[in-house]
Amino acid sequence: MSSKQSADQASPEVVIDVEHLVTHYGERRILDGVNLSVRKGEILVIMGGSGSGKSTLLRHLLGLHHPTSGAIRLLGTDIATANQKKLYEIRRNIGVAFQKGALLSSLTVGENVQLPLREHTALDEQTIGIMTRMKLDMVNLHGFENLKPAELSGGMLKRAGLARAIIMDPKLLFFDEPSAGLDPVVAAELDELILRIRKAMGITIVVVTHELDSAFKIADRITVLDEGKIVVSGTVDEVRNTDNQRVQDLLNRKPRDEAMDADEYLRRLTGHTL
Amino acid sequence: MVLQQIEKLGDNALYVVERTGLMGVFIASCIAKAVTPPFRWFPILKQIHFIGARSTVVILVAGLFTGMVVALQFYDSLVRFGAVAMLGAAVALGLIRELAPVLTALVVIGRVGSAICAEIGIMRSDEQIDALECMAVDPYRYLIVPKVVASIVAVPVLTVIFTVIGIGGGWFVGVVLFGVSEAAYFQGMYETVVWDDIEMGLVKSIFFGLLIVWVAAGKGYFLHLERNGSFGAEGVSHTTTDAVVISIIGVLVADYLISALML
Repeated sequence: MSSKQSADQASPEVVIDVEHLVTHYGERRILDGVNLSVRKGEILVIMGGSGSGKSTLLRHLLGLHHPTSGAIRLLGTDIATANQKKLYEIRRNIGVAFQKGALLSSLTVGENVQLPLREHTALDEQTIGIMTRMKLDMVNLHGFENLKPAELSGGMLKRAGLARAIIMDPKLLFFDEPSAGLDPVVAAELDELILRIRKAMGITIVVVTHELDSAFKIADRITVLDEGKIVVSGTVDEVRNTDNQRVQDLLNRKPRDEAMDADEYLRRLTGHTL
Repeated sequence: MVLQQIEKLGDNALYVVERTGLMGVFIASCIAKAVTPPFRWFPILKQIHFIGARSTVVILVAGLFTGMVVALQFYDSLVRFGAVAMLGAAVALGLIRELAPVLTALVVIGRVGSAICAEIGIMRSDEQIDALECMAVDPYRYLIVPKVVASIVAVPVLTVIFTVIGIGGGWFVGVVLFGVSEAAYFQGMYETVVWDDIEMGLVKSIFFGLLIVWVAAGKGYFLHLERNGSFGAEGVSHTTTDAVVISIIGVLVADYLISALML
């Protein structure tokens, strides 16, 4: 039995539960009845092509967007209907590593990392300093605490963002495109880091990515979105071996066939209905 | 085609109403959070330094030359009626009631309003505001409220500085250059200026301070909802330009309305 399978069976508690999530931008339906659940301690990777709705799904999971309908339960609380106070209570238990780090540009790396501690705890300066250095050590950024975000490389920004995301020892950790824009070596290091953090801290992790190598390396389970719907959800092997054509196209990097009739093509060119 | 135009018009009207409502809720929330604990004194002081202290030199120069040119113009007019003794009163009234609040506001819009809009807009664009939300840090309290409070404090102080230095500039032109009696200059001012004039200047400057941050921070904060489409550097640039133009027009319109109400 693999370690991933044993992790699944030993941690049955569902910490993220999304039920029939539907959301629209204007007339467009972006998420169309999404259902998913994440168990404590597992790493779920949400994959999909550009425009599949995976980033929108992540923003819903973080409570940054309100759905048209459906429920999003994080740690037992439905954040789709929660008021701001309740939402902030839940958010104290989550960490988010944004695509480009999203560090506050006016603060140093160290000040960024310790911001949640200063806002939500009454810890003394010495403890805050120790905890900051500890988390920066975890992401291999020891000695960079006095630099401004503008002085860091893309990979370092992501790692500093990760240090900030785990400073409060969250129960849930979300990653938005962790390997995007990184060279393969740095991307692989970041994947290792994600696995190391899960092992060390036992955090439940949700990763949104379109990087196949990264997804297969870190995932316990993968959910593939296409046009706002979940087309496949399962273990790495189940997703690899699925007979769903869209998923196979994604895995094999096959361009989409955009079949279009002549009338539709003329309408697109001229902007008029024929 | 006509139907499309009507649809577009309705769409624009709905957009304006929606944005106006959003901006209204934005400033109401900021004011509510500014007067309820927890209070964050250090960020407010930092913003007072940025909005107030760092604008002082510009205000000193603008105030000095405004006072000088006002004195020059009034002297040229008053001398025709043999009323140069009223020069001090004319300079002081012009500055206190009108010129100091408006010109201070315009200087602050140019120096601070644009910077606030660009700063908040870039933070929105780079997901820094989303990051604050996800850390359960209220972006209104953390980012906007210190700027609102600082502006309401700093703009009136800058207006007072503008007025005082402007009166000094007027003294230099009237008394030193044109030989108007120093006693007449200050006596006329003392006899003519009443508390209502000072009150009008202060009310205007407080309102302008609020207006500048409201427009600048609000435009930056809701950058992602702008209809000019772009969300990166171009979007920030467009939005900052819009914020400056709206603030200037807003200050001039508000100046008239407050004058009309208080006169």
